[in-house]
Amino acid sequence: MPLLEINGLRANVGDKEILKGLDLAVGAGEIHAVMGPNGSGKSTLAQVLAGNPAYEVTGGTVTYDGRDLLEMQPEERAQQGIFLAFQYPVEIPGVSNAYFLRAAYNEIRKAHGEDEVDPLEFADIMDEKLALVDMDPSMLNRSVNTGFSGGEKKRNEILQMAVLQPKLGILDETDSGLDIDALRIVADGVNTLKRPDNATIVVTHYQRLLNYIVPDFVHVLANGRILKSGGKDLALELEEKGYDWVTSGHVSMGAGA
Amino acid sequence: MSTSVVVGSPVESYVAPFDELVGDASAPAWVQSMRRAAFDRFTALGFPTTKNEDWHFTSVAPIADSEFVLLAAKTGDIKRDELAAFSFATGQTAAWYTMVFVNGRFAPELSDCAKLPNGVKLWDLASAWTKAPDVVDRIGKITSYDLNAFTALNTAFMHDGAVVQIAKETEVDRPIHLLFITDANAAKGVMHPRNLIVLGRHAKATVIESYVSTSEAVYFTNAVTEVSVAEGATLRHYKMQREAARSFHVGTIEASQAKDSHYVSFSLATGAALSRTNVYTTLGGEGAGATLNGLYMLGDDQHCDHQTQIVHAQPNCFSRELYKGVLDGRSHGVFNGKVYVHPIAQKTDGKQTNNTLLLSDTAQIDTKPQLEIFADDVKCTHGATVGQIDRTALFYLESRGISRPLARRLLTYAFAADVLETLEVDEIRQSLETATLERFV
Ligand SMILES: Nc1ncnc2c1ncn2[C@@H]1O[C@H](COP(=O)(O)OP(=O)(O)OP(=O)(O)O)[C@@H](O)[C@H]1O
Ligand SMILES: [Mg+2]
Repeated sequence: MPLLEINGLRANVGDKEILKGLDLAVGAGEIHAVMGPNGSGKSTLAQVLAGNPAYEVTGGTVTYDGRDLLEMQPEERAQQGIFLAFQYPVEIPGVSNAYFLRAAYNEIRKAHGEDEVDPLEFADIMDEKLALVDMDPSMLNRSVNTGFSGGEKKRNEILQMAVLQPKLGILDETDSGLDIDALRIVADGVNTLKRPDNATIVVTHYQRLLNYIVPDFVHVLANGRILKSGGKDLALELEEKGYDWVTSGHVSMGAGA
Repeated sequence: MSTSVVVGSPVESYVAPFDELVGDASAPAWVQSMRRAAFDRFTALGFPTTKNEDWHFTSVAPIADSEFVLLAAKTGDIKRDELAAFSFATGQTAAWYTMVFVNGRFAPELSDCAKLPNGVKLWDLASAWTKAPDVVDRIGKITSYDLNAFTALNTAFMHDGAVVQIAKETEVDRPIHLLFITDANAAKGVMHPRNLIVLGRHAKATVIESYVSTSEAVYFTNAVTEVSVAEGATLRHYKMQREAARSFHVGTIEASQAKDSHYVSFSLATGAALSRTNVYTTLGGEGAGATLNGLYMLGDDQHCDHQTQIVHAQPNCFSRELYKGVLDGRSHGVFNGKVYVHPIAQKTDGKQTNNTLLLSDTAQIDTKPQLEIFADDVKCTHGATVGQIDRTALFYLESRGISRPLARRLLTYAFAADVLETLEVDEIRQSLETATLERFV
């Protein structure tokens, strides 16, 4: 059974239907890339998987690790290994990055019946993770994402992912706005975290990222559905031909892996 | 001699205790006559109603309609180890100079003010008017009871409290803590603490004024603190109102500031069923500055009213004001910030901000900035916001595995963080940061 299985997922924002019967299956150990035109519903899919209550699920099923994902609260999803790197990370003035990360780390440990770590132990864990994303330790004392540059916010998302070690990482355009060094760091982060029992969904507009993070599958999301799926070469083909080639003329091919 | 008032009026229950108090001739004659004049004024004014503009959003009927017993004698059974919970001590710092008042009366056996550095003097009020007549001479001259019934009532019954004098050029090495504590013996009682803080030229001190309780008793604290800050002096004055949940608290602080002085006030209010805190200051010399900050955190049916008043009476003075409120349950917060700029007070630089975070749909805030500016070359701004927990931020935290209650607490804390950061006493800032995180569980 795949780690994540989405069948006929429909979701609204307000009165507007964004996801219109989306199917996708992601197996453990796999990396999936989701591409598609602006406004096609990629972030909506990511937010729905993370449990954002601003999006209303109106149909379909999502099974994660054998459980009904749609029944789970956002924090429970995170505790069970789902991590969303936001396309637009949220600024939280007044809460330090260090406090936030440790709170998240401990909440997840608690959920698994493990002991909480104290600030000193946590500092040791952070040293290693900061090095992984090449982030200055002073960022820990600043308020979460507050005043961070676009690239710093994205790096901070990867830092969180490195600390929380998800089973299913969903990266929503984490590569947008990154310089080439940062892109490599993000990719290294994903590749370092790759294990046979976890999986990653990478939402991106650029084939460039996929040179660093090599996907097992590439999907085209358009008009609220997965219209085409293929191997890593599909990204190259899209780069060359654009989305029109998929969205006009071609019949929906349904689910991927 | 007896005072006559309308039978059945709310002030009636204060008459007999007052006659008894002025019948005792232990206080000097000037105190006795000030008490009499103040009581007359109190009976003439009566308790304010919501028709009074200054009390528009706050009904004091629960106070006016109660018959409180004057806590004149020493009562209370507080042990030293019970003070730890209110002392802010962390064990790493030297003990603060502390004056403890139990149910309104000075408790020397619980206080730590025997050994004081040069230039620092502390008295209880009753001793001060014989031992330091030239200091207490200022009482009643900084604040006026003419339009404030509660200050008139306090003046009529003034009997105990703290008198703090810091000599010129003296920088006090640790905070001075005035700890007003009540226990179960205060039930149905009223006390009228009267304090005076006097800083000489270029003196520097931190005074904490705490109102706390070890009991759940219903009582009424009616406090007045007068403050005099001489030229070039700096006073940090933190008021911590953490009274018992069903109690009543009315407190007025009024400061008078000379040239180049700085008065830094912080008002915390988390306790009492009904509370009103007034913080008033007059910038009476060029180059003076006032920083008035505050944080109120309320729940259930609590009602908490703050009125501040900054009088810019001279040119080139600044004032900074940041009040924040966190309101849960059916609580009601009120903030009224008055700023007067006199015609000669050119180059006044004033800024006032009041932000409220509503944690429930039934909590309520009334915020009323009141700027009266009679000079033309001034910079005065004010702003008020009322908001709720940011849903996007809440989801962001939850998406990291943080449970909703903790996420809400973190965001509540984050809301209050900037005003807490202004607290310059580490022990207090840390203690309030923790209290903020734990207040709304
Ligand atoms: N809060 C909202 N209110 C109204 N419409 C919304 C809201 N959020 C998203 N939408 C709409 O839903 C559609 C899908 O948005 P979504 O963010 O999922 O697109 P996307 O595929 O991630 O696009 P991009 O590539 O630009 O990031 C868009 O048309 C967008 O305008
Ligand atoms: Mg998007």
